[in-house]
Amino acid sequence: MLQLLWLVPALPFAGFVLLALSGRRLPDRWVPFIGVGSVGLSLLAAVLVATSFLAAPPPGYAYSQTLWTWMSVGSFTPGITLYLDALSLVMVVVVTFVGFFIHLYSAEFMAGGEGYGRFFAYMNLFVGSMLTLVLASNLLLLYLGWEGVGLCSYLLIGFWYQDSYNGYAARKAFVVTRVGDAALAIGLFLIFNSLGTLEIQDLMRRAAQQWAPGSALALSAAALLLVGALGKSAQLPLQTWLPDAMAGPTPVSALIHAATMVTAGVYLIARTNVLFALAPAVQLAVAVIGAVTLLLAGFSALTQWDIKRVLAYSTISQIGYMFLALGVGAWTAAIFHFMTHAFFKSLLFLAAGVVIMSLDEEHDMFKMGGLRRSLPLAFWTFLVGAASLSALPLVTAGGYSKESILYQAWAGQAGSPWLWAVGIAGAFLTGMYSFRMVFLTFFGEMKQQPSKKPSIDIGIPLVVLAALSIAGGYIDLPRTLGNLPILSSFLQNTLPPTVIAQPAIDTELVLGVIAGVVPLIGIYFAYLLFFQRRPAYADGPTRVARGGPLYRLWFAGWGFDWLYDRLIVRPFVWAARADKDDVIDSVYDGITRLNVVFNNLLSGTESGRVRWYAAGIALGAVVVIAIGVFA
Amino acid sequence: MIAAVPMAHGLILAGCLFAIGLIGVLVRRDIIFVLASIEIMLNASGLAFVVAGSRWGQPDGQIMFIFILTMAATEVSVGLALALQLHGRLRTLDIDAASKMRG
Amino acid sequence: MEAVFYISGAIAVLSTIGVITRLNAVHALLYLVVSLIAVALVFYSLGAPFVAALEVIIYAGAIIVLFVFVIMLLNLGPQGSREERQWLSLKTWVGPAVLGVILIAELVYTFGLQPSHPAGVSVVEPQQVSIALFGPYVLGVEMASLLLLAGLVGAYHLGQRDDFRRPAQPEAEESKTGTRSDYLAHEGRALSSSTEKGAGSEIGPARLKGDEQ
Repeated sequence: MLQLLWLVPALPFAGFVLLALSGRRLPDRWVPFIGVGSVGLSLLAAVLVATSFLAAPPPGYAYSQTLWTWMSVGSFTPGITLYLDALSLVMVVVVTFVGFFIHLYSAEFMAGGEGYGRFFAYMNLFVGSMLTLVLASNLLLLYLGWEGVGLCSYLLIGFWYQDSYNGYAARKAFVVTRVGDAALAIGLFLIFNSLGTLEIQDLMRRAAQQWAPGSALALSAAALLLVGALGKSAQLPLQTWLPDAMAGPTPVSALIHAATMVTAGVYLIARTNVLFALAPAVQLAVAVIGAVTLLLAGFSALTQWDIKRVLAYSTISQIGYMFLALGVGAWTAAIFHFMTHAFFKSLLFLAAGVVIMSLDEEHDMFKMGGLRRSLPLAFWTFLVGAASLSALPLVTAGGYSKESILYQAWAGQAGSPWLWAVGIAGAFLTGMYSFRMVFLTFFGEMKQQPSKKPSIDIGIPLVVLAALSIAGGYIDLPRTLGNLPILSSFLQNTLPPTVIAQPAIDTELVLGVIAGVVPLIGIYFAYLLFFQRRPAYADGPTRVARGGPLYRLWFAGWGFDWLYDRLIVRPFVWAARADKDDVIDSVYDGITRLNVVFNNLLSGTESGRVRWYAAGIALGAVVVIAIGVFA
Repeated sequence: MIAAVPMAHGLILAGCLFAIGLIGVLVRRDIIFVLASIEIMLNASGLAFVVAGSRWGQPDGQIMFIFILTMAATEVSVGLALALQLHGRLRTLDIDAASKMRG
Repeated sequence: MEAVFYISGAIAVLSTIGVITRLNAVHALLYLVVSLIAVALVFYSLGAPFVAALEVIIYAGAIIVLFVFVIMLLNLGPQGSREERQWLSLKTWVGPAVLGVILIAELVYTFGLQPSHPAGVSVVEPQQVSIALFGPYVLGVEMASLLLLAGLVGAYHLGQRDDFRRPAQPEAEESKTGTRSDYLAHEGRALSSSTEKGAGSEIGPARLKGDEQ
């Protein structure tokens, strides 16, 4: 059954090709069969592959399938080779699973709009690219998927291209991630230049042999990969594109945040973990960037009025947790959190999409409220998602994964109490902004009647994802709670095991309790501030802060956009203006003008007289013979 | 029967004929003369082939001449048809008159 | 036989000069015939009797006849010579002559450099030529036949005289009469100087038909 692996990425690509070629000729009612069906079959193939992989693990706990040789230049022969091991298996299953449900949801959500077929073509390409990225056995193929994902994000964020703002957001996403992609490309050159291969397993083996830990080569290679990952995963300082990426349709946001795109950076770092282990300074940077990002994004999420922007900042924040985990060497915890995050974040987006759709494209949470009774399905699933996002202990999937990260941030190999403290602060903020959304949207007085109810196609994904947002955590129980680390032990076939400096059960228990209680406190604060709206408390952080400089700073995402605008965009635009008359191009213009002059000169000889041309030929012959004879 | 002249002399004769033909092409404006001059040039190049062939006592030069002959026949038939067209359309045989297309 | 080569070579050069200097086309063609026959003699003296015969038959025969045909068809008369005299000023000769002389000088210089080797020491029989032509060169023969076909089609297409009157469609009436009267002017001069327009317009088409036959 493992031979079916190639079908997993091939099916979405086939769906893309079919939809793209048929264009508008295909009636709308056939589009979902191809668009959703291709990803559904891909999920089926992924499940079959996964079961046979688990039932009879291939030798070395990895299976690779070479489809063909991509190109062959000297010793450089990258193949179209798929590589399946524990890590990519988890990624593939999650991506196809979540992707399929998002597609199913979109079939209803996007129905009737313009560009229905185009939408599914892009979505299929998106999923196919992500699967290529995840399954690639060499970094070049990974880069192909990486760029494919970037392209699709551009196409989908700007899906409603008639609105110029959407085009702007798409361009921004494309340009900002391009910064990271360029760094990644340079990283690939560097790795190939010094190690002579791009095969991921080979290069990790060779790097471990040839590079001394902390050597300049290892540091720069890891740093370049890190910058690439930062761009894709929207981490500091390249996080600014993600909130604007909300311009796309809601299912696109769900896909970008949960299954594809932003998790690519996490995957890249986990995949090349040996390189990062060889560069401790860079790995520390990963942890610090993750910690700072999760905190800053948490504050920003607290101030947004657009429900989707809250979710966007929450994604940045949660990816920050994953980076924190990667940075402290908690590889399995990062992937665990990726998985649970995929479930609850896609759930949150899809539920928010239902709310937005039924309120006629209303994004402002302050204009919602009281939707608890009129949209019960959306309410309950959103509540589950928010609970999982804020990591309620014991009952939610997010609780287990985040608790695992926080514990290892304290006790892990490169952990420190400082990182843990930041993580805990972030957990507090997460609880607060998550339930701020819940309270503002679903409680309080009703301000607007929902105009339509979701259908069953939308309900199924919500229920399934909600169930997994609860149950997904039981796949990896910590030592303090039953000690059943199924996922961790499975992933440790591929990823290095997490090293705990001082394994003490009571520390873990205490930290677990703290990690469980802090989100509750956050939720309680949200309850006081946004549900009861008690003036005594509201006077504190909200009213003073609202309109205050700090509030505005947070609302604007810490002013990174402003900073980049001043620092990069404006100087660039200024330089472009200054160079409007092409000072630099004057050389090339000169060449053009010279050509025009010669052209006029030569077109004078084009008299249309045969004798004149014959004279030219004769003269040329005389000159050539003269050169031949006398030279 | 056989003239054992130096090959260079034969080639120089061919060159002279060729150059005269070339001068004719460049000087004359009447298309009939131009075509006749071109025939002279082709004939001269054929002569060069025959001279070279006879220097080695091989038939190849003559075969080349036959091909050139074929070409010349084709060329002159098409060329004279063009001359008829030129005269029919422009009422002249001046080859410079047909310069409208600046080809 | 060396004398034959040198004498006929000199005749060839002189008569060729005659070709390009004559004002009357028929005179020039006569010089061309002389030149071609001289070259045929050169061939013969160099031991290539087959191509000598071809030179006389095809060049001096067929091709020259083609020229004569066309000249008769166009029926230029003394007008052509007058135009030629106008066109052929001394100035127009200078540039081409300089070019041609330089070319000859270069060629003479080049051939003079080579160690001279006698040519024409043996006769190449027509049999040898034919064996080579239909042996190793048979592909060339095929290509030559294709070329002849193309020439045939091209000449046939270009030779259609009805096309002359088509291009000026918008002012068909005017140009028709214009060209016809123009044409008649030539015809008339050839036939009789006092032919009227009406009579000529009947003669014109009849004349055309005759040409086509």
